[in-house]
Amino acid sequence: MAPAQSTGTTRQMSMVQALNTGLRRSLESDPKVLIMGEDIGKLGGVFRVTDGLQKDFGEDRVVDTPLAESGIVGTAIGLALAGYRPVVEIQFDGFVFPAYDQIVTQLAKMHARSLGYVRLPIVIRIPFGGGIGAVEHHSESPEAYFAHTAGLRVVSCSNPVDAYWMIQQAIASDDPVIFLEPKRRYWTKAEVDTAATPGPLYDSRVVRSGDACTVVAYGPMVATCLEAAAAAAEEGRELEVIDLRSVSPLDFDTIEKSVERTGHLVVVHEAPSFLGIGAEVAATITERCFYHLQAPVLRVGGYHTPYPPSRVEEEYLPDLDRVLDAVDRSLAW
Amino acid sequence: MAVDSTDGTLFPPDSGAGPELIQLLTPEGERVEHPDYAVDLSDDEYLALYRDLVLVRRFDAEATALQRQGELGLWASLLGQEAAQIGSGRALRSNDYVFPTYREHGVAWCRGVDPLNLLGMFRGVNNGGWDPRENNFHLYTIVIGAQSLHGVGYAMGVQRDGTDTAVVTYFGDGASSQGDVNEAFTFAAVFNAPVVFFCQNNQWAISEPTERQMKVPLYRRAAGFGFPGVRVDGNDVLACLAVTRAALDRARRGEGPMLIEAFTYRMGAHTTSDDPTRYRLSAELEEWKLKDPIERLKAFLHKQGIGDPGFFADLEAESEELGKRVRNGVRTMPDPDPASMFANVYAEPHPLVERERAEFEAYHASFVDAGEDGH
Repeated sequence: MAPAQSTGTTRQMSMVQALNTGLRRSLESDPKVLIMGEDIGKLGGVFRVTDGLQKDFGEDRVVDTPLAESGIVGTAIGLALAGYRPVVEIQFDGFVFPAYDQIVTQLAKMHARSLGYVRLPIVIRIPFGGGIGAVEHHSESPEAYFAHTAGLRVVSCSNPVDAYWMIQQAIASDDPVIFLEPKRRYWTKAEVDTAATPGPLYDSRVVRSGDACTVVAYGPMVATCLEAAAAAAEEGRELEVIDLRSVSPLDFDTIEKSVERTGHLVVVHEAPSFLGIGAEVAATITERCFYHLQAPVLRVGGYHTPYPPSRVEEEYLPDLDRVLDAVDRSLAW
Repeated sequence: MAVDSTDGTLFPPDSGAGPELIQLLTPEGERVEHPDYAVDLSDDEYLALYRDLVLVRRFDAEATALQRQGELGLWASLLGQEAAQIGSGRALRSNDYVFPTYREHGVAWCRGVDPLNLLGMFRGVNNGGWDPRENNFHLYTIVIGAQSLHGVGYAMGVQRDGTDTAVVTYFGDGASSQGDVNEAFTFAAVFNAPVVFFCQNNQWAISEPTERQMKVPLYRRAAGFGFPGVRVDGNDVLACLAVTRAALDRARRGEGPMLIEAFTYRMGAHTTSDDPTRYRLSAELEEWKLKDPIERLKAFLHKQGIGDPGFFADLEAESEELGKRVRNGVRTMPDPDPASMFANVYAEPHPLVERERAEFEAYHASFVDAGEDGH
């Protein structure tokens, strides 16, 4: 990995570098932190997020595991019971399902089953979402499955600054955290001030202010919505873009305050619209902002189809035009 | 044990009676020696094992009765498996760690878990209900085989800590088909984890016989994963003690995992909801009654003149007392406060759970104003 350019405590980093640096900080600050997954050692992970970590922290702390996802999460649970803080890498979104049973029936419930005696501070990192021209099972957005399960927290970073801080905050959490990394944004760069004070992990953030319509997104779609907002601004419409950052818990207060001003809400994600995060946002905001809304909450998302072959994935994924089309429909309601 | 070369089925049917079966006490109560495994117990130690066996069987019978009386929603009986559980359980040191299924009542007993704690889940007042660290005895796990991976992970942890803790993870013949158990074997082998896989082959996974789970004797699977596997007479408490102790010591010495197949029999139903008359012959049960784990130790004690009449009378009284304590304890076990379902969902505050708890409490409080009849 090329060294990040440095000026004082601020360095330009790609999201991959930011995650790598965040993981390194956690490994340095807490000897109980372990990283485990497939190909994360010498190879540094298929996306190089763990590049160089095994060399510096050893094979007992950066563990190349057998190729068995249930085994990885199941043994991570045992390590957590023994006092460790495992950070698990699932190589791709579509490969988390062999571990789904361990995550849902064991990881999510054990704290409650033990009446609070047991804590499982485990982070499960998953590169997720499409847009990189991958073969099937490499472009999925499984967040709703996990957000639907009590006991799990589900967060997603949208930029290198959040990636750097959120991974460290997730590792410090005493609850299991599903950490979704938007793989199509892995190479996005930003200035990261490693001496800054990060905001709370589970708070949403207004990333662009506006008064015409609120647009809510997380992970890979935040950049898309910011591009849409820039285009709308050229036409004289100021969109307010909110980066959810966390989908469980979900910070409705920030959305509510925005919608009270704009009266319009569009929710955007790559995952299928049906029974997705957008459906929950729509239901809750309709309940909270019924008299402020000038139009129904609209959703822009994936379709109720298997993720399509990559040559047509651009037609499946929400893009600038589909976001603006939904904004237009909301404003014209 | 031969394996038919044409279709791979076990032939003759696996009776467990082959020379590989490790036995130190015959069904008739005769002490026999084994070249690799031995126990050297005092009279008091023999009597202590006998006491354990009798008391857990009594506890188990009481729980079955309490289910029949409607006090428990379900019970998974350990009837017939007492020796496998007491033998292996008494092989453990206090700093060893156990990952049980939902039937390890005898192991729980050896660990000092209050029997009443085991019943909360079956009564429906909690979904687990004890602090695993208190007795190094993890929560019961109902998803078949899932705990095998937790045991291996825990063993990987103590391996890193450099302590001499060893881990035992329990499972059954049915669980040996699960992916998790096979993944646990793989992880334990490649990381050389200090874990003992203790499989109680009780011949039945609810209604499915072992022939539906395996084509080779279970203990032989270990060889394919790269660690030793042995078959022990699961109704012989002495052999189970000796073999488990050896496997734990081996793990402690850093020699890695071992699989113990305790060849035993589920003399009761799978659970109180099950009806074994639909799928197995009573003749099979009668045959296994002759190998009863408690009767054989009792025969041995009598032959050796170990234990005076006072001991057996006291044990009978203690057994009655235990039954009474369990009976009263279950009947007076309070239902949880309904709002407690919102407790411990997360270790740190979660606004959705807090909001729903507030709504739940407000909804219930709304009936208070309407008075007693308003509910």
